[in-house]
Amino acid sequence: MKKRHEFSFKRFWAMVVKEFIQMRRDRVTFAIMVGIPLIQLILFGFAINSDPKHLPAAVLQADRGPQARTILQAIQNSSYFDFVREVHTETEAHEALARGQVQFVINIPENFSRDFLRGDRPAVLVEADATDPAATGNALSSLTNAVNGALQNDLKGPLAYLAGSDGPVDLRIHAKYNPEAITQYNIVPGLMGVVLTMTMVMITGLAITRERERGTMENLLSMPTRPFEVLLGKIIPYILVGYVQVGLILFAAQLIFNVPMIGSLPLLLVVALVFIAANLAMGITFSTVAQNQLQAVQMAFFFFLPSLLLSGFMFPFRGMPVWAQRIGEVFPLTHFLRIVRGILLKGNGLDEVVRELWQIALFATVALIIGVKRYRQTLD
Amino acid sequence: MTNDLAIDVRGMTKRFGDLTAVNQIDLQVHTGEICGFLGPNGSGKTTFIRMLCGLLRPDGGSGTCLGLDVIHESELIKRQVGYMTQRFSFYEDLSIAENLDFVARLYSMKNRREAVSQSLERLGLAKRRNQLAGELSGGWKQRLALAACMIHQPRLLLLDEPTAGVDPKARREFWEEIHRLADEGLTFLIATHYMDEAERCHRLAFILYGDLLVTGTVSEVVRQSNLTTWAVTGPDLMRLSERLLESPGVEQAVAFGSALHVSGDDQAALDQAIAPFRTAPYEWRRVEAGLEDVFIHLMEKSKGGRSS
Repeated sequence: MKKRHEFSFKRFWAMVVKEFIQMRRDRVTFAIMVGIPLIQLILFGFAINSDPKHLPAAVLQADRGPQARTILQAIQNSSYFDFVREVHTETEAHEALARGQVQFVINIPENFSRDFLRGDRPAVLVEADATDPAATGNALSSLTNAVNGALQNDLKGPLAYLAGSDGPVDLRIHAKYNPEAITQYNIVPGLMGVVLTMTMVMITGLAITRERERGTMENLLSMPTRPFEVLLGKIIPYILVGYVQVGLILFAAQLIFNVPMIGSLPLLLVVALVFIAANLAMGITFSTVAQNQLQAVQMAFFFFLPSLLLSGFMFPFRGMPVWAQRIGEVFPLTHFLRIVRGILLKGNGLDEVVRELWQIALFATVALIIGVKRYRQTLD
Repeated sequence: MTNDLAIDVRGMTKRFGDLTAVNQIDLQVHTGEICGFLGPNGSGKTTFIRMLCGLLRPDGGSGTCLGLDVIHESELIKRQVGYMTQRFSFYEDLSIAENLDFVARLYSMKNRREAVSQSLERLGLAKRRNQLAGELSGGWKQRLALAACMIHQPRLLLLDEPTAGVDPKARREFWEEIHRLADEGLTFLIATHYMDEAERCHRLAFILYGDLLVTGTVSEVVRQSNLTTWAVTGPDLMRLSERLLESPGVEQAVAFGSALHVSGDDQAALDQAIAPFRTAPYEWRRVEAGLEDVFIHLMEKSKGGRSS
């Protein structure tokens, strides 16, 4: 009697052997099990950098004296700033910030060098796009040292007294869009994109594989249906679900997290439609490739992981090396994050939005074309 | 006249890699006829049916289905054909009425509500209309599937093993319904394994490993086989069966209840083989060869032909 309940090595081994055989048969699962750690290694090991350097900055330079040059040189030498362009007016500077073309504008006022030599402590204004506090924090804190250190050599003779005081220049930092550096202002709008990406890709990824797995696909194909009717019909209900999610997050952002909403809400809702469609199209395409529902979920995760890590949601986009940024630019989430943060925090309008939106639309179109092409009208 | 032929195809061929699943099949089925499509598992029945309704692209062959070209007009054929899959393939998480409504919409029927309630009425599903399809027993699921693939009033029904897993009473009712519909002019091609069902068909087509072996009415098929069958009763029939199978001329010795059916297609050789055993306590009786004997005979013969 007692013997029956003993652990049998043979039975245990039978189980192990069976599991290995099944694992070997399911190639996709195996590939993903190996692929995900590889991707994480590459992304975390090489791409992600929580101390972003070489951030693009514009210079609005009204004085070209030697001290102005020294300061700019020092700022660039700190390796946190790359001067990518020179602007000539305030408006031009603000436009570049709003579009996200530069992260900083460094403003050297007129007669800077003269005022410096007079000991008047002239002001240097640094405007920062602080939507993502993590991206600008280190760069801004490096500024004071860089600027003061650079001018030490000029503090001779009558100016020597300035060396010990507050510093020879009045460095004013203006953190725009999120002056209090509240992380939620950046995270909560971004979350909208993340939640939509995760759920939309996965739900539609399951949609067609479910039909195939349950055998209903054969029936559907034997009836007079066209691929576009089937795919579009499957997408529409989930667009509604996506809007419910958008509504929930906007509601919470406003009431719980007090995230400012400067831009136009209708514009945001229109943009969301394109973004939701892009993710649904991706999911549909996955479901024409996946053999079963498990594989569809795995593919959705495989898409979601790099989206999350390379889009600038978790880590500053500009902290990544160029190759990683290039990959990041492909994902709809990257552009959607910029749009949402732009509309809510910067008050961006149609003009700025369209610059990012077309890339999401392109992604959606390509994904849908692949999906429709791959959707088979027959069982061959 | 092609009008009289609901199915008229020639040379239908389908290959999957190296395997020829359907090999040069010609088949004609008259309007209003119930054609039984027989053959063992994996013989190509499902593949052939799928080619007829446009689910698979044939690698060869031509012909018409309801007067429409099977290769180029499959979208039009789909509108007039009802296809019942082998495995239940409606939505288990929709109710009976919702499933029917979905199908009616896909066929863009004008009087959809009416068609759905008529169909529920006709198949006796009205009381269960709000029950989820997944909760139905095998027999009811099959009724639902039949109702759904007929809702658009097709002229041809392709049924792939429609009664698998259905109890005898439900099967009988199902076949009565089929005959009633055939009387109204519907044409049926029904794949089945069951010999009793085969006998209810107007005509049979027997397919084996992709080849069409024989067609005709039940009696034609039996006659063509040239099979002679003896039924023998007595003690220890297992032992007798082993000994008989050693003698030339005996092709089959199969137990049917308390009797053993012994058959062969060479009557003289068979008689010679059983002669030594025609003594008490065995009792021998000539019987008509059954369909099953015929089919097993055809399978054995084809296997012999293949290996030689």
